[in-house]
Amino acid sequence: MMASTQKRAEYRLLFKQNVKRRLLINKIALGAVFCCVVLALIPLVSILFEVFENGLSALSVEFLTQPPGAIGSGEGGIGPAIQGTMIIIGMSSLIGVPIGIMSGIYLAEFGDNRLGRTIRFFNDVFMEFPSIVLGIFAFLTIVLLLGHFTLWAGAFALSLIMFPIVARTTEESLKLVPLTYREAGLAIGLKKWVVTVRIVLSAAKSGMITGILLAVARIGGETAPLIMTVLGSSQFFAGLDSPMDALPLRIWRLSLLPYDSAQAQGWGAAVVLIIIILAVNMGVRYYFATRKRKGLLSKLLGGYRK
Amino acid sequence: MLTNKKGERRFSSDKIFKIAATVSGVYVLVIIALMVFQLYFESHAVWEREGLDFLIGSSWNAVEGRESFGAAPYILGTLVTALLAMAIGVPLSIGIAMFISQAPKFLAVPLGMLVDLLAAVPSIIYGFWGIFVFRQFLLDFVEYPLYDALGENSWIFLSAPFGLDIFTASIILAIMIIPTISAVSREIMMAVPHQQKEAAYMLGATRWEMFRISIFPYAKTGLIGAAILGLGRAVGETMAVTMLIGNATGPGAFPQSLFQPGQTMSSIIANEFIEASPASLHLPALIGVGLILLLVAICINVVAHILVSRMLKVKEGVVNA
Repeated sequence: MMASTQKRAEYRLLFKQNVKRRLLINKIALGAVFCCVVLALIPLVSILFEVFENGLSALSVEFLTQPPGAIGSGEGGIGPAIQGTMIIIGMSSLIGVPIGIMSGIYLAEFGDNRLGRTIRFFNDVFMEFPSIVLGIFAFLTIVLLLGHFTLWAGAFALSLIMFPIVARTTEESLKLVPLTYREAGLAIGLKKWVVTVRIVLSAAKSGMITGILLAVARIGGETAPLIMTVLGSSQFFAGLDSPMDALPLRIWRLSLLPYDSAQAQGWGAAVVLIIIILAVNMGVRYYFATRKRKGLLSKLLGGYRK
Repeated sequence: MLTNKKGERRFSSDKIFKIAATVSGVYVLVIIALMVFQLYFESHAVWEREGLDFLIGSSWNAVEGRESFGAAPYILGTLVTALLAMAIGVPLSIGIAMFISQAPKFLAVPLGMLVDLLAAVPSIIYGFWGIFVFRQFLLDFVEYPLYDALGENSWIFLSAPFGLDIFTASIILAIMIIPTISAVSREIMMAVPHQQKEAAYMLGATRWEMFRISIFPYAKTGLIGAAILGLGRAVGETMAVTMLIGNATGPGAFPQSLFQPGQTMSSIIANEFIEASPASLHLPALIGVGLILLLVAICINVVAHILVSRMLKVKEGVVNA
């Protein structure tokens, strides 16, 4: 009897030590995990802080509207770059959005077969292609094929980044439209394409707009493919066959110059770019977070998107 | 059955729509095939001239008459920076995913959004911030201490740090791949069936033990896929790396120490593509580098997507069952 109580006490001690040790390990692990989050947020906070701190002071009406002055003078602004970014976004959307939407319609409405699964898979893979290779491809296809320089090469390169994003978000939002909507349309004798275009698309509108805006935010900051296709310039838009400026290109140029004034202008251009992109991005996210479309939300914000 | 004129037309407008949608769907496959074919076609001059030397050689001379091109230093540079970025980024990202999948909702949702914001910041801004802010910070607080402590004894940290080197580029890459890996691994951890977690808790596991005995073994494949997805992004990343890696060329670009300027496949294309004249071998050589980069990226991403989607498919099965 005595022995067993002793043993019991011994076991209790062992158990206590074991639990203590496990709880300690648990605490250390949770602490480490929390540190990971903090470590990841430091660069984000630093980037946003530095860009706004250094950039806002460079902003002025002149800076936003004038073409760049002589190199190193610190005069002039980024007017052509802002204009160029808007133009190139518009041109790429003109190519990328229709293809993306039609491709999304295919995946959602006709894509439940082997071909559909192949396309969906390669669509996801294509989203991760190095953008600079897309730039080379666009340069080779458009510029070398036509034999002369054209801005359509840049638009084509960016549309290649855009359409897979639009296609996937369109597919996801079309799939959220209840089957009964389609059946109701078919029941009153509409053709399938009328049902798709008039009923399903309009029901899925907000999801698709989200996808398009996210794609716009993505290509707005894209630099690599523009290096060989848009080239950069310090003049305002001068026709489709002469080089154009864009905000990311201008930031790159400015970062290569050894002058303090160039650096200040670079921060100014960076703050304009980041305001445009974050406004689109966060606007979309906020809109969706308040709409509580859980399934689509998690698919759009997490997962495969860049 | 509907062979009258009206019926035929009804049949055909639907058919046209279906064909248009199918063509748009197939577009991506056509583009991928065309891309591989065209990059090969436009760079075959350099493959013919250099042969295997293009892959293993290291001289890089664009002067006409003495042209010789070897891409080995850039291939190695890409691999070294990407792997180093993975070594730093993957543990951090998995930690973040663990935190966000476990934290209470009021904390998890905004934190997840903030991490996603890291993905929204354009590459060029990372590069600009890297040059003017982060480089100085790294030099003062990481590179010089490491160099002073270990520089003489290990080749890894040999050569006095300057800030524009493989090390800085890798750290920036690590930051840039964190949102990708953590978003995918978060999704994968959430795809682990609840029964698995509950079983672990029922046995008296602590949170960490629950991760160790139920989530990690179950989600292993998917987490590896997420990491490889991050590798794919690191390999393809251009602007930030171009601005921070120091842009060495020729045999000097071989990664010998972390504090030495290097060059990656994407950065050499970004640096030299406009200057290369289409008549010389320089342009085909850069296109050839692009082809290697493309093939590497395709392989990495195909593997990653197979691993990730297998894992997420399991989730759907469980939810529907």
